[in-house]
Amino acid sequence: MPREVVPTKTPMPEQDPKERVRNFREVPYGYTEELAIQEALRCLQCKKPTCIAGCPVNIDIPGFIDLVAKGDFLGAARRIKATNLLPAICGRVCPQEEQCEKACVLSKKFESVAIGRLERFVADFERETGQIQRPAIPRRTGKKVAVVGSGPAGLTVAADLIQQGHEVTVFEALHALGGVLVYGIPEFRLPKSILEAEVNFLASLGVQFEPSYVIGKTETVDELLERFDAVFLGVGAGLPHFMRIPGENLNGVYSANEYLTRANLMRAYMFPEWDTPIKKGKNVAVIGGGNTAMDAVRTALRLGAENAYLIYRRSRAEMPARLEEIHHAEEEGVQFRLLENPTRIIGDDKGWVKEIELISMQLGEPDESGRRRPVPIPGSEHRLEVDTVVVAVGQGANPLLISTTPGLKTNRWGYLEVDPETGETSRERVYAGGDIVRGGATVILAMGDGRRAARAIHERIR
Amino acid sequence: MRKIVAKEVLAPGIKKFVIEHPQIARKRQPGQFVIVRVHPEGERFPLTIADADPERGTITLVVQEIGHSTLELGRKEPGDFLMDVVGPLGRPTPIRHYGRVVCMGGGVGVAEIYPVARALKEAGNEVVGIIGARTRELVIMEAEMRSATHQLIVCTDDGSYGVHGLVTRPLQEMIDRAERIDHVFCIGPVPMMKAVAEVTRRPGIPTSVSLNPIMVDGTGMCGACRVTVGGVTRFACVDGPDFDAHEVDFDELMKRLAQYRVEEQMSLEMLRRRIEEAGLARAAS
Ligand SMILES: Cc1cc2nc3c(=O)[nH]c(=O)nc-3n(C[C@H](O)[C@H](O)[C@H](O)COP(=O)(O)OP(=O)(O)OC[C@H]3O[C@@H](n4cnc5c(N)ncnc54)[C@H](O)[C@@H]3O)c2cc1C
Ligand SMILES: Cc1cc2nc3c(=O)[nH]c(=O)nc-3n(C[C@H](O)[C@H](O)[C@H](O)COP(=O)(O)OP(=O)(O)OC[C@H]3O[C@@H](n4cnc5c(N)ncnc54)[C@H](O)[C@@H]3O)c2cc1C
Ligand code: FES
Repeated sequence: MPREVVPTKTPMPEQDPKERVRNFREVPYGYTEELAIQEALRCLQCKKPTCIAGCPVNIDIPGFIDLVAKGDFLGAARRIKATNLLPAICGRVCPQEEQCEKACVLSKKFESVAIGRLERFVADFERETGQIQRPAIPRRTGKKVAVVGSGPAGLTVAADLIQQGHEVTVFEALHALGGVLVYGIPEFRLPKSILEAEVNFLASLGVQFEPSYVIGKTETVDELLERFDAVFLGVGAGLPHFMRIPGENLNGVYSANEYLTRANLMRAYMFPEWDTPIKKGKNVAVIGGGNTAMDAVRTALRLGAENAYLIYRRSRAEMPARLEEIHHAEEEGVQFRLLENPTRIIGDDKGWVKEIELISMQLGEPDESGRRRPVPIPGSEHRLEVDTVVVAVGQGANPLLISTTPGLKTNRWGYLEVDPETGETSRERVYAGGDIVRGGATVILAMGDGRRAARAIHERIR
Repeated sequence: MRKIVAKEVLAPGIKKFVIEHPQIARKRQPGQFVIVRVHPEGERFPLTIADADPERGTITLVVQEIGHSTLELGRKEPGDFLMDVVGPLGRPTPIRHYGRVVCMGGGVGVAEIYPVARALKEAGNEVVGIIGARTRELVIMEAEMRSATHQLIVCTDDGSYGVHGLVTRPLQEMIDRAERIDHVFCIGPVPMMKAVAEVTRRPGIPTSVSLNPIMVDGTGMCGACRVTVGGVTRFACVDGPDFDAHEVDFDELMKRLAQYRVEEQMSLEMLRRRIEEAGLARAAS
């Protein structure tokens, strides 16, 4: 029966921008049951759905949306969980506009179905109503697997293998579990309570967690191999890049990792009730255009910045950040300084940041990435008064673990080389996935890697 | 959670803790440190591993109470727990046969140079120790240092004990006497390390200092601990903490250490008030 298509996505209620820049609470409130059903009804239930192929883990999208439309929210949640273990997280942070929603048939003429919002809704419904289903765990196999790193890759491996009856221990260098999800992505985008619920769930299934335990230091991979049948490395990227321009060690210059770790993991926004301080700059410049930069600049506003600048060397169209976050940042009053690039940071005599020198850019010919290359315009240097600078220009492979594990093959950027079918590294019984293999990627890709490695590990040890 | 099994006051404001952590006790080498968090709202901060007992599975930390976090740690008692202790972090000090070495410690730095001195002695070096403090009662671990060295010189700034003057004085005298020195290891306040670097620069004596920048994760993830060494940015938590003293930009390090002075003061005041109120409440009940 042909239905009239509503051209736009059902809006999701959100905190007023004026209000939310003064708190760290989550920005979108999420759909109500009515709104979810309303949005689910926009789905055409295509005979040959293209959206599924757009999802890195191939969620049965029309299937779960159909269940939402019928009001069977729990059924929908379970349908998603057959392929995606962390839907409350992916529904919030996946770049849907480039994945499933881009492939949605509706998006050719109208706005796509809000797949991400629906995913989030059903996951929240399941959790908030306390109806998370416990899988039946088979008899213990007696096999043991060590997972290094508790980011989305590691958590996925742990979840899959515990459900196969293996014993799983997750080692994490930081004191909190979740990887970038806990130390990088701020509370206003991904509440810690959601992550905690996921981790507690895994713990309730029997996964052992060892936080504050650095593999390569507290214990080496080779030592783990004596105690465990297999080891999975999901250690992320975790090496902050700097720009190597003069003035980068001035007081008030942060890497995004440090800035976000202080703010999120250490709750510096609660200082002095919590003990870790952070510079609450008046004029803050964040360099970069990815999710990390967006998170940092929006954090700066919430810490009370009067001017929060986002300095990006290309134009808005090339920004790698999620569209929704770019919108949110604009609404909140972030000042976008596009086609500009820092050349040096200038300090006062006490060693504090005072100004940043920028050079204007124009877009030249496309480079290897297919994006037009930013080229500096000679003589266009100019200055901006700032007291805090956050460098968010990407990360590299942290060498801490790799350098203490002989025989691990890396590529020219220092990332681990793995068998694309199994995720196995050059070391037998050692698997890897997520950002340490791909370089800075996404949550869902890290989970996909975890899933594939878990399957290969299971095949091998069962 | 890590249990405190023993505590000792070494000097006013300097306390020694023995903490259960079998893995670190087994693994640690001289020059390495741990990152500690005292309670769930607490900061992450580094402390050198002064000693370890692999059999008992314990490590020893010596802490000087200078601000909020170290004061809170100082109030802990045996039987209490620390929220987290992670390590051993940092590169171990390269221990080998140098010949005749001088190990220098200032203030709480004595606790940090002690494991290095002992290891160097065990590696067959002739070890001269020079330790210093402001005044007699702040001299710590003298007996331990005596056993870890062949010769120990104690200095006090006010002359109340041992040699009157800074630790650089006996070092300079050794150089003036043209005594053989193959390597100097120095841990202490930044101005002391800088002064030692100046003394050994001219005669070209290889000198290592253990830098103490502000740290957060201690694993090379955040970059808070960056220091300029030989004109290049290094991360002290993974590239150090030991560096060639003659290459270090000490002035930059001092500026960076002052980054949170205002906040630290505020945080300390708050803690003092809280302690006072708790004291009053106890007195009233
Ligand atoms: C600020 C920020 C915002 C982002 N926003 C998004 C977004 O909106 N959407 C999206 O899809 N992606 C986003 N990303 C990217 C995404 O977070 C990553 O791709 C993803 O987290 C990678 O997962 P992972 O499991 O490989 O590693 P991580 O999440 O990096 O986790 C690795 C964990 O391993 C631990 N570890 C490292 N070394 C050791 C060791 N030697 N021993 C023990 N533990 C160790 C680390 O402490 C860390 O907790 C963002 C990234 C950042 C930094
Ligand atoms: C590798 C290393 C080993 C160390 N070993 C010892 C030790 O064995 N015993 C000891 O008493 N101290 C040691 N320190 C110094 C100790 O970490 C600081 O004294 C402590 O963090 C101060 O915290 P606070 O809250 O008490 O004081 P605050 O009032 O916060 O700070 C006082 C001063 O300490 C420094 N500092 C503050 N926060 C940090 C931090 N997170 N990391 C590093 N420095 C900081 C700053 O210079 C600051 O001005 C070491 C430092 C490093 C880097
Ligand atoms: S403390 Fe974070 S990189 Fe050294």
